[in-house]
Amino acid sequence: MENPVMKTTLTYREALKQGLREALQNDQDVFLMGEDVGRYGGAFAVSKGLLQEFGEERIMDVPLSEAGFVGAGIGAAIAGMKPIVEVMTVNFSLLAMDQIVNNAATLQHMSGGQLHVPLVIRMGNGIGRQLGAQHSHSWESFYAHIPGLIVLSAGTHEDARGMLRLALQSPDPVVLFEYTSMLNLEKEIDIESPIVDISKAKVLRKGKDITVITYGTGVYKSLEAAAELATVGIDAEVIDLRILRPLDDFTYLASVAKTHHVIIVEDAWRSVSVSSEVSSRIMEKKFYDLDAPVQRLCGVEVPMPYPAHLEEAAVPQKQDIVNAIKKMLRHG
Amino acid sequence: MGEFLMPSLGADMEDGTLIEWKKKIGDSVKRGDVIAEVETQKGLIEIEIFEEGIIEKILIKEGTKVPVGTIMALISPIGVPLETKKEKPIELHPIEKKVTEVMPRETAEESHIKASPLAKRIAEDHHIDIKQIKGSGYDGVITKEDVEHAIEQRDTIDKEQTILKTEKTATDSEAIRFAIAAAMSKSNKEIPHYYLEKKIDLTKALAWLQEANQQRKVQARLLPVVLFIKAIAKSLVDFPDLNAVWENGLHTKKDINIGFVVALHNGGIMVPAIHQADLKTVDEIMEALNDLIPRARAMKLRSSELSDGTITLTSMGDRGADSVFGVIYPPQVAIIGFGSISEQPFAENGMLGIRTVVNATLAGDHRATDGLTGSRFLNVLSENLQKPELL
Amino acid sequence: MNEDEIKKNIFQLLKKIAPDTEPSALKPEENIRETLGIDSFDALQFIIAISEKLGIEIPEKDYGKTNTLNDLVGYIKNKMGV
Repeated sequence: MENPVMKTTLTYREALKQGLREALQNDQDVFLMGEDVGRYGGAFAVSKGLLQEFGEERIMDVPLSEAGFVGAGIGAAIAGMKPIVEVMTVNFSLLAMDQIVNNAATLQHMSGGQLHVPLVIRMGNGIGRQLGAQHSHSWESFYAHIPGLIVLSAGTHEDARGMLRLALQSPDPVVLFEYTSMLNLEKEIDIESPIVDISKAKVLRKGKDITVITYGTGVYKSLEAAAELATVGIDAEVIDLRILRPLDDFTYLASVAKTHHVIIVEDAWRSVSVSSEVSSRIMEKKFYDLDAPVQRLCGVEVPMPYPAHLEEAAVPQKQDIVNAIKKMLRHG
Repeated sequence: MGEFLMPSLGADMEDGTLIEWKKKIGDSVKRGDVIAEVETQKGLIEIEIFEEGIIEKILIKEGTKVPVGTIMALISPIGVPLETKKEKPIELHPIEKKVTEVMPRETAEESHIKASPLAKRIAEDHHIDIKQIKGSGYDGVITKEDVEHAIEQRDTIDKEQTILKTEKTATDSEAIRFAIAAAMSKSNKEIPHYYLEKKIDLTKALAWLQEANQQRKVQARLLPVVLFIKAIAKSLVDFPDLNAVWENGLHTKKDINIGFVVALHNGGIMVPAIHQADLKTVDEIMEALNDLIPRARAMKLRSSELSDGTITLTSMGDRGADSVFGVIYPPQVAIIGFGSISEQPFAENGMLGIRTVVNATLAGDHRATDGLTGSRFLNVLSENLQKPELL
Repeated sequence: MNEDEIKKNIFQLLKKIAPDTEPSALKPEENIRETLGIDSFDALQFIIAISEKLGIEIPEKDYGKTNTLNDLVGYIKNKMGV
């Protein structure tokens, strides 16, 4: 064996931190600002130790005003800096939505191309651990709806580490979703962090019987479900969408043309979601390749319950995916 | 309630295979409508219906072989009993309503075949009738797998059929052979034939024909046999006993439908009827021949054409034997034969001349008529052929 | 139209009328109808077809001039003025 690829085991949190550190090391114009990102080390301890390493100028604690500091980030970006703004969770991002949607997303258009906003807004997303209804939202679809934004979803450790660096190279504002519930999840990944492409969805597992389209927290659950299905002879292809805006139609449509069966998995509420958009595009472009109606497994449409067993029941789990696919393929 | 039965298209027919219903439940039918296609020894025959009404029930599935006389469909009459009609003629409406109720249900059922878009596309690409496929998907939906299975099955059958094809043509002509064998055996066994022959001078008839043809475009030209047919039909008006069937007694027929023997290229014969030949002009008879002969040879005749003949004509044309003595096609009671037309020495009024003549024969069923009837008939036939302009 | 083309047309039309025969194997002096077994009805169909195809008029009194392949070809050439 020549040059074996060196592997390392790390948590999702550590992967995020590596990505942050690399970004800060690579470019002097990059700085991090957000609530408690400095002295406290980040609400989820993602930026722990970075203040000591990079100093107050580049690791900046801000007052509790999402509209204020996101707006400041936009201003810095226009002025030529490359700010990383951490909004603790998507739940609080609603307070900054006016800045994100009405300013960051529109300025290039409204200035006739004179202004660019090379801003990256990171936010924790989805359920955490029993954080209650107002702290557990999966709102990717809100931002995926907005022209002018690039919306990324880090569903794997590779992307948790690698997406940020690429996001910072974008001349336009990027919303980067990280997943609170995955922070302590350990995975083995390559030590060398390769440059990850942020323009394409990714086929994480090849298969011929059914296409599982997912993103975020759905990715690992779908891969586990596919592994279990393989033991009963069902060969599922798993696609991580990764970029929720603009969607990479090419990758999943090609897969649909191959497998003729599709299930879309997401934690977000079913109505008017990323899955509804993907489903409709499949219908528009690959109707005559479908051998069964597109199915969706989504979050139950209730405010997120607090009790752990109900929280678990409110979003699709591995077994739900296995069962749904078996039913679709008339297996057993 | 009327019953639609598997018809007998000749004494030799015992059964037929229903290939396709041409009408569906709720359709209204009238006399002469083609209701079904039936495969018989005589090919694929369009079966007509002879009553008026609405198809109430279809009892036989396509692809089923059933004996002659089997009830295949029930027809409900379109009108209402006379007395009710007098009292309230409005009664007609409920029946009309019934029709409209039945129709959409049928079409709705048909259009509600559940198949995946992919399955439909594949079926279309491979010319597979999706209606024939049973779905295995959720809720009976037809899936890609079901269609692929159907394609595979068909391809296997196709292959087998290609292998069998040569044998199949052999079986077709064999079937006709057997049909002829059965009918002619029955005829010879049951019908006591008598035979008569008369030499008929065709000089005038042919001269008239030549003259007539000179004025016609080539497409409208007449063959001598047209005159024979018309002359036979005209003569039969005065001889109803020859235009009849024998079924436990003689039953004369009102219409004069002349069964015309058509030789098939690969052997065998078909005898399509020229309906009401006495009422047709010679041009109309020629048109009928132009229509019937190619269809007979392609074995694409309608049931009425096969079963309605009231007498048969076999004509040798201008080649072949001098005379032909036919075997009656049961239950008919006579067959007329014309030999080939030729020039012959002909004595008349003590003079010998050369005339164009034909030998006309009649084979009669001695149960139905005697030689005298047949003889008179041949005389009248001869006379009629001397006045071609009146035909 | 030369003789070969006329023959080609004749063979084509004969083949249509008598599909089970091989008209091109006809010898020049053979009686067409007898050799190919064509009855009077089909003979008339043939005359109609050839009139339409070649745009010539064949009156009934000339039927006798079309019995063999040689006669027929000669007759058609004459009619077409070639």
